[in-house]
Amino acid sequence: MLQQEKSKKGSFIALICIAALLALVVLVENLGALVPNLPSVLRPTSQLFIVLKKGAVYSLVAVSMNLLNGFTGLFSLGQAGFMLLGAYTYAILTVPMANKDQVYYLFGGSAVKFSLQELFGGLFGNTGVGGAVSLVLGVLVALILAGLVAAFFAWLIGLPVLRLKSDYLAIATLGFAEILRAIFQWQKLGPVTNGANMIKSFPTFSSFNVQNADGEVVLRLSTFVPFLVAVVCIAVIVLLITSSYGRAFKAIREDEIAAEAMGINLAKHKSLSFCISSFFAGVGGALFAMYATNAQAKAFTSTMTYEILLIVVIGGIGSISGSCIATFLYVACSEWWLRFLDTPVILDSGFQIPLLRDGFRMVVFSIIIMIVVLFFRKGIMGEKELPDLFRKRKKKAAPAAAAGEEGSSNG
Amino acid sequence: MEYAISVLLSGISVGGQYALIAIGYTMVYGILRLINFAHGDVFMVAGLMGIYFTASMPLYLSLPLVIILTVVLGFVIERVAYKPLRSAPRMSVMISAIGVSYLLQNTATYITGGQPMTYPVIPFLSDTVNVAGTLTKWVVILTPILVIVLVLALTQLINRTKIGMAMRAVAKDFETSQLMGIKINSVISMTFIIGSALAAVGSILYFTNYQSIVPTAGAMPGLKAFVAAVFGGIGSVPGAVIGAFIIGICETVIKGLPSAWDVSVFSDAFTFALLIVILVFKPTGLFGEKATDKV
Repeated sequence: MLQQEKSKKGSFIALICIAALLALVVLVENLGALVPNLPSVLRPTSQLFIVLKKGAVYSLVAVSMNLLNGFTGLFSLGQAGFMLLGAYTYAILTVPMANKDQVYYLFGGSAVKFSLQELFGGLFGNTGVGGAVSLVLGVLVALILAGLVAAFFAWLIGLPVLRLKSDYLAIATLGFAEILRAIFQWQKLGPVTNGANMIKSFPTFSSFNVQNADGEVVLRLSTFVPFLVAVVCIAVIVLLITSSYGRAFKAIREDEIAAEAMGINLAKHKSLSFCISSFFAGVGGALFAMYATNAQAKAFTSTMTYEILLIVVIGGIGSISGSCIATFLYVACSEWWLRFLDTPVILDSGFQIPLLRDGFRMVVFSIIIMIVVLFFRKGIMGEKELPDLFRKRKKKAAPAAAAGEEGSSNG
Repeated sequence: MEYAISVLLSGISVGGQYALIAIGYTMVYGILRLINFAHGDVFMVAGLMGIYFTASMPLYLSLPLVIILTVVLGFVIERVAYKPLRSAPRMSVMISAIGVSYLLQNTATYITGGQPMTYPVIPFLSDTVNVAGTLTKWVVILTPILVIVLVLALTQLINRTKIGMAMRAVAKDFETSQLMGIKINSVISMTFIIGSALAAVGSILYFTNYQSIVPTAGAMPGLKAFVAAVFGGIGSVPGAVIGAFIIGICETVIKGLPSAWDVSVFSDAFTFALLIVILVFKPTGLFGEKATDKV
């Protein structure tokens, strides 16, 4: 009883924190309109918002990969492939009719003769509030379809490959992602996928900025939208992990044979975990297409999967909050904080600081990653979640329990 | 007919080049159970070294130097990035391998400025030769021969010498062999040395064929070589070589199909599709040992 009340209180606090975070994002993004003479970091053109957007997208993908690798113990390297499916599904379904001929000019127009937001536009109108509603609904449906397509293909490929063990599963899923990449670049599918060219001109994050009649941006929501989608998806994953399904996943991770002996249907649960993970990877891929403002098969290489795997491991395998924190640190480091390393600096005395030139940032970045991997093997969070840290601190404050806690936390 | 012969020949030579890389993967996996993702990038670095060294010194100096420095690189990578993690979970080591691969690629981008580099023409290897009416490079003829010689030497090393016996013991049972007094670290280093040396030879042959090197040039051949190793049953040297030849030939045949069919984009995808099919029917590859789980 007490436990239940505690967890209710915990989830209430978590809800408030998340709402506060989302409000903060909206506030920070619109600070420019409220306060004049803002420091350049907070202006809408700042790198900060690129980091926030990309971070939100990647954290969703990282968490979805963590669900599979960290919580179910299935070592899959197909994430980029499922992202590709999501990105293309989203892009194909949302390119407005007016832009189709221009985007698909090599193939004389698209084979898909509609766009979701315009279908809804037929119901709610295409301008003003009705236009906003149809845009939101169209994008939402496209995102869900993106996830469903990815999940369907995951189910399909899961039938044969989920029987494989560890590294074999990894290489088979990696191979599947590469196959998808080739199929989407095939010129014969051009009327749908635009062949090897990119699909663009579909609604992106900045389409959600609210404009007044003169076309001026009144309310910026372009960072809020990816955050909202990512937060909702991650919340669903967290709920799943704390449910009985989540406990079954963890049992499979710890020991497949024991889990099977306890009555867990291995094939069913593995397939479920794989499909759910791919669903969210698909949604993440669609968000990535919105972030990048184009969908292109070339972008979804195995390097992208490795990048996400690195994030998951740096955050701590089996920790959701770890994955999120690691994503933002990773993206901020690679896109923003280390940027100064790419520009040559010449001091007043004419002395040029050695090494600093284009590309040096990534060298330093990969060295940092190597150091983290070698010296912080459990990642930032290990298997703990963010609330666990506060809980531990509270207990440490109680002197009587301190000694006992010390022993058990080390063990 | 002549076209068929030329396609087949280049398939065999590409297969041979994959085989040289695949041996590095399969040996390391056999001993450490580690997918050494950095191996493809070591191969790429060997190619870059080939470019820089041949520009500044004669061939008889530069080529051996490339091989020696690649070996040193492989050795150092193992000591710095994998050895400290020997007691860590396998996932950590693999992440470390991905980190090394990332580092090598980024360093290569930094040094070359990201521009594609052109591999030098190596006089004898690049000369053309007439085989059954088709003109081809010497490297195409020499690769399979060289591969077979090297593989025979390697199997002799593994089966006949003391270090080879130690390698087999470590591959069989890591911990027990340690108890038997085998110096694990030197065995592992030796594996990396052999793997890197073969990758260096492979890079000379491969880049004589495909002359352009970008920092990610190692990724695809590396991945395919790894697929070849899995295909043949990872841990088995002959398996890796046969797998590599099959994959090389399939790939070139698909690339050589009539362009009206427009299937050349699937040359990489076919490799992976083949892999998935094989794994479904033979989960440990063509020549892999059957794994049994103990409860």
